[in-house]
Amino acid sequence: MTPTSANADADAVIATPIAPPVAGLTDLLLSMADDEFVIGFSDSEWTGIAPILEEDIAMSSLAQDELGHAAALYDLLATIAGGDRDAIAYDREPHDYRHARLLDHGRGDWAMTIARRYLYETADAVRLTALVDGSWAPLADLVGKIRREERYHLMHIGTWLERLARAHGEPRDRLLAALTILGPDAATVFTPQEDEAALLAAGIVTRPIADQERDWRNDIEPTLRGLDLPIPPLPHDPERGRSDHGEAFRWLHGEFTMVRRGDPGATW
Amino acid sequence: MVTEAAVHTDAVHTDIAAALAAIPDPELPVVSIVDLGMIHRLEVGSDGIRVTVLPTFIGCPALEIIRDSIAQGLAGFGRPVDVQTSFEVPWTSDRITPAGRAALAAVGIAPPTASADVRCPWCASAQVVMDSAFGPTQCRSLFYCRACRQPFEALKQV
Repeated sequence: MTPTSANADADAVIATPIAPPVAGLTDLLLSMADDEFVIGFSDSEWTGIAPILEEDIAMSSLAQDELGHAAALYDLLATIAGGDRDAIAYDREPHDYRHARLLDHGRGDWAMTIARRYLYETADAVRLTALVDGSWAPLADLVGKIRREERYHLMHIGTWLERLARAHGEPRDRLLAALTILGPDAATVFTPQEDEAALLAAGIVTRPIADQERDWRNDIEPTLRGLDLPIPPLPHDPERGRSDHGEAFRWLHGEFTMVRRGDPGATW
Repeated sequence: MVTEAAVHTDAVHTDIAAALAAIPDPELPVVSIVDLGMIHRLEVGSDGIRVTVLPTFIGCPALEIIRDSIAQGLAGFGRPVDVQTSFEVPWTSDRITPAGRAALAAVGIAPPTASADVRCPWCASAQVVMDSAFGPTQCRSLFYCRACRQPFEALKQV
């Protein structure tokens, strides 16, 4: 037995995986982790102020799940790129984050939250499907576990989308307004990835991003049409879907780094 | 790393397994981490003990407490204790033992099953409705029993 004694590696969630030297893996993990981190943190802002108590609990639980996924993905990234999950999560400048611009619009009202989460969860589900049978076990195993949790998210958010869409008057109007704002950025989850060919060749990702986007559209369009909701258009600038984060994210970044900046290097 | 030959041949192995089985889950203290199905592997070598834990939910904050509980609970064996977490196989609610399910039901938490099959842990009625898929911890949902008019929680089926 290696003399790792009690908890030499207490913060690691993943047990020492061996990383394949594949270009693009860092960018893939960072994009996924940042997506989960930013939506998780944004939705945690509802804790205490959601429209009804059950939703307060639900949104907090969803946010906690996403932050957990982010932590596990940052851990995995740290094993191949060095550093630790907190340093990766908190010690970057806003322009270095790689999350999709879909998540850059600020919390907004409840309809914005539901619309954003519906667009993101459905896209994330397609992305996870393209990873779960991948050749790199540490990522494929983690994705397998993530999907079991995301199933509850999809059920929950689908119910809310329908509830707002079928309500007459203000709920539906607000949902339409939210989809108008978010729609052009919806497909940014499928922003072309650095060195995608290498990831596909290594079998870490089993479906090209362009095909994933098509799968996602095939998945959501019948639902949106059935509810007479607009279909997200193609992104204006697909190459820049994970950069140019804007003012709302700079504010959020200030919030989530506040404690860390307040006492750098503190042990909790 | 412990060699395969060393596993299960150490006489103290049984005692260590028993000590593990006495460690409660911090969020559901009526159930041990063994009955919850969280222990993936126990490796006992003359030079150390390694326990591999499967997180129930990836972001479960109780995991750090469980890690410390295992280190403390096995400290008396006088060997270094190494606690690892793994997603090598996913923890699923099917891993909960019959004893674990009974202990959960006894405190009013319905054991995991498909939502349509959830029964009230108090009166066993099937006339229940899910109030919310999300409850006080990541692993629990909220239900209401129309027969005995009691709210209760159910473990999520994952």
